[in-house]
Amino acid sequence: MDDAKAFEQFKECAVKVLGVSPDKVVMEANFAEDLDADSLDIVELVMELEDSFSIKVEESELEGVDTVGGAFNLVKGKIA
Amino acid sequence: MQESRCVFITGGATGIGAATSEVLLERGYKVAVTYRSRHSSENLTKYGDRFMEVSCDVSDSDSIDSAIDQVEAKFGKIEILIVNAGITEDTLLLRMSHDAWDSVIETNLTGAFRLTKKVLPSMVRARFGRIVFVSSVIAGMGGPGQANYAASKAGLSGFARSLAREVASRNITANVIAPGAVATAMTANLSQKRMDEMTSSIPMQRVAEPSDISGAIAFLVSEEAAYITGVILPVDGGLSMGF
Repeated sequence: MDDAKAFEQFKECAVKVLGVSPDKVVMEANFAEDLDADSLDIVELVMELEDSFSIKVEESELEGVDTVGGAFNLVKGKIA
Repeated sequence: MQESRCVFITGGATGIGAATSEVLLERGYKVAVTYRSRHSSENLTKYGDRFMEVSCDVSDSDSIDSAIDQVEAKFGKIEILIVNAGITEDTLLLRMSHDAWDSVIETNLTGAFRLTKKVLPSMVRARFGRIVFVSSVIAGMGGPGQANYAASKAGLSGFARSLAREVASRNITANVIAPGAVATAMTANLSQKRMDEMTSSIPMQRVAEPSDISGAIAFLVSEEAAYITGVILPVDGGLSMGF
């Protein structure tokens, strides 16, 4: 899957779970500050991403991931 | 809407679990109960397709997964979880083995963790859930010979309240019922002296019937209890007042 297609899929998950408009889901967006996502929102997003991409994300891998770009890179590393 | 919600009750074959199954079936819910050794009363089968029972050992994650998968295949996602299965291995602490400690904590407390972990993702996605943990007045008062049981039930309080805070924003409630002495198979193991002591200190001067407890559980899982979460509700005839 190429990056653009994967990001579109990622964006669909984020829009669905976080209830934000697609144009807000950009690489540099911070989950808490820009997307108003709390810790449970982020857990929900991870669950959605796990289902959508058929991947498994460990708790330890989420440390320090606070932007869309960080989360997308994590997903990308697992589907490559 | 609420009448068709899917309920999963552990330890539903006897006592409080059986009484709760009956009242919820009577109100139109779909009810799945678990059993380990004893099956449910045959009179619950009159509810037909809205009732099912599955074998489940709450101390075994694979067994929980299998039971819940079977229920979801028939009823759909579980919307209401009632953690009722519990065991006692009473003896004074000086005589209590590590095994007696571990097995009671494993079933009563870790079992609640396992069950909740399994059903919570779908509740979060659905933005609805009701979870009730059946504790005991012993959690707050303590009981001689029941250090393991009291610790397991007191643990449920902290677990439920943490959970309540975590998922309240998703319209999921987590509450604890704390029965006093109830006429069940479990209290039948207590000595008559102990039962007499308990009864004499109960303001209502009687032990509870399982139906006294099931009514409170049915309320906490109802639509009317939507704004009640993190509560530890004593249903004990006044026994624990002041504790």
